[in-house]
Amino acid sequence: MARDAVHLALDVNSLTDQLHAQGLTTLQVHSRATDRHSYLLRPDLGRRLDETSVSLLQQYSQHHYFHHPEKNIDLLLVIGDGLSSTAVSQQAAKLIAEIQLQIPPHWNLGPIVIAQQARVALADEASELLNARMVAMLIGERPGLSSPDSLGIYLTYNAKLGCTDADRNCISNVRPEGLVYAAAAKKLLWLCAAALRMQCSGIALKDESDTGSFIAVAPASLTEG
Amino acid sequence: MCGDTMSYKHTLGVQTYEFRDLKDVMAKASPARSGDYLAGVAAATYVERMAARMCLADVPLAQFLQELLIPYESDEVTRLIIDTHDKQAFAEISHLTVADFRNWLLSDIATTETLARVARGITPEMAAAVSKLMRNQDLILVAKKCSVITRFRNTIGLAGHISARLQPNHPTDDPRGIAASLIDGLLYGSGDAVIGINPATDNLSALMELYYLVDGVIQQFEIPTQSCILTHVTNQIQLIEKGAPVDLVFQSIAGTELANKSFGIDIALLAEARDAALSLKRGTIGDNVMYFETGQGSALSANANHGVDQQTCEARAYAIARHLSPLLTNTVVGFIGPEYLYDGKQIIRAGLEDHFCGKLLGVPLGCDVCYTNHAEADQDDMDTLMTLLANAGLTFLMGIPGADDIMLNYQTTSFHDTLYLRKILGLKAAPEFEQWLKKMNIMDSAGQVRPISQQHPLLQQFPNRLAP
Repeated sequence: MARDAVHLALDVNSLTDQLHAQGLTTLQVHSRATDRHSYLLRPDLGRRLDETSVSLLQQYSQHHYFHHPEKNIDLLLVIGDGLSSTAVSQQAAKLIAEIQLQIPPHWNLGPIVIAQQARVALADEASELLNARMVAMLIGERPGLSSPDSLGIYLTYNAKLGCTDADRNCISNVRPEGLVYAAAAKKLLWLCAAALRMQCSGIALKDESDTGSFIAVAPASLTEG
Repeated sequence: MCGDTMSYKHTLGVQTYEFRDLKDVMAKASPARSGDYLAGVAAATYVERMAARMCLADVPLAQFLQELLIPYESDEVTRLIIDTHDKQAFAEISHLTVADFRNWLLSDIATTETLARVARGITPEMAAAVSKLMRNQDLILVAKKCSVITRFRNTIGLAGHISARLQPNHPTDDPRGIAASLIDGLLYGSGDAVIGINPATDNLSALMELYYLVDGVIQQFEIPTQSCILTHVTNQIQLIEKGAPVDLVFQSIAGTELANKSFGIDIALLAEARDAALSLKRGTIGDNVMYFETGQGSALSANANHGVDQQTCEARAYAIARHLSPLLTNTVVGFIGPEYLYDGKQIIRAGLEDHFCGKLLGVPLGCDVCYTNHAEADQDDMDTLMTLLANAGLTFLMGIPGADDIMLNYQTTSFHDTLYLRKILGLKAAPEFEQWLKKMNIMDSAGQVRPISQQHPLLQQFPNRLAP
């Protein structure tokens, strides 16, 4: 199952149907890796959008946001097949449903970007093109023998091309047998609120979501630590 | 001519191969691996690779102190390597070329004592260079002669011993799940290197609970071992400040300043963390308080390899480790994926290279013998690599239920694998830990693991602590 999860292509149509049923708009993009072989051997290609995808996002942004800055995206969700399309097809839509339930009402979610042959950093470019304040990449994690369907979440504040892993916060093992959807969504939104306050994500942003409200913590004590 | 004229070329048959600089020779002399192709630094053909090796063979070791692969001005790892280079230790080998160095290492002149004496005179680049001229058996033979012994609550790295990191990871850090794997591992004689958890969360209060969980077990059963929670070093410093019982401080490290920056660290931060851990004075028989993890490909993965091949970048990480006197350093060899090490053959070679380079430099190297399911490798390849490494004197390997890490989603080695190696090669656990295993009736006087009854104290007393 783990080996198959790596090579099975993501069923994009079925995923978009689910997301549309949840009242969401979707945009389909593709990385510069043309197939699985080049995806596996050339991570640099998986981190960048291909030309068609870049112009699609540019046009979308121009059309929707240029004259309506008040509609700017607070939290962009990008779904990437990553190393397990199984994880994406089983967990992504259900996790997003929980995010929809828990997200503060005044936050703009924007369209859901579905990216094929994608690595984590691809979300940076999508976020920059759509001018989003934060981006969360929901991506199929490397499949393990007994956990071939685990989804990972990578949150980046003010993401741009060239961001590194030190700029991201990670929530891993999202699956019913691991971190359940509601808990994952709660953790993500806590991190989002904290990232907005501190205007950063990554190693300077510590997850203290279980120790009470973030407001009680002076940001300086975290960034200096 | 090679080396002293600063011109690198070699003629094979009718064709002369020229190389841009020492960095280029090193990269093209490396055994083939996907990460060097990805970086665009690998030899284009087998003949070019051999030409580069012939060229590298003639380079004097002293050239590596003159021609720095990554500039001194722009990289703190280079500065560390040069500034801490022991010229007196180097004197014994300073007249050798890379080829001479290989022959010297393989000869009976290079005894365990000799190798320990010259270790601080060897730079990572010299170690990497000579490894490129060595076959797998050479890497095994020389590593076996190197002795690196470290201590915290037990003695790691003695000849005839192999230790195991007990890695009781859980996808949601559930204490009961972690405890189940922990008991399982202890009952199989695993955990003398460290009980080290990769937490799923970065949440500080959850991390604090994990520290107390593992420390509580170590205290309650008086286990001569140490714990470690593998979270970012800045989290560990904060937790030490909040009073957490931190034995070993963990951090992933890489061989260039830029790569370490992408991890959110530098050498000064690591030194600060080490000082914090030392201040707790928790080691009973030694003060090796650091646990590092490394792996070929991490520098390129951060776009921070400076055109240097991935094996040389990896060896440079050991300079940082050596500087901070760790208890353990672990090359997580197949974890990074097929874009850096494509298949079983490349993973096996890299594991042997890393272990050799680490030991030659004086670093207590263990290996997470592992692969991911998107690489062309399987558990048979892991059997091969662990058997080779154990013959080479590997310091420690991982112990995980079923060799399947359900948190990090990769395939590694099981508790049984350590027992297999101890049995076929007559290797022992760390002596203090072995005494404890015997005291606890987990191991018999002949060193065999015993069947465990329901009445065993680890099963009887343990779960009470974790009742919901």
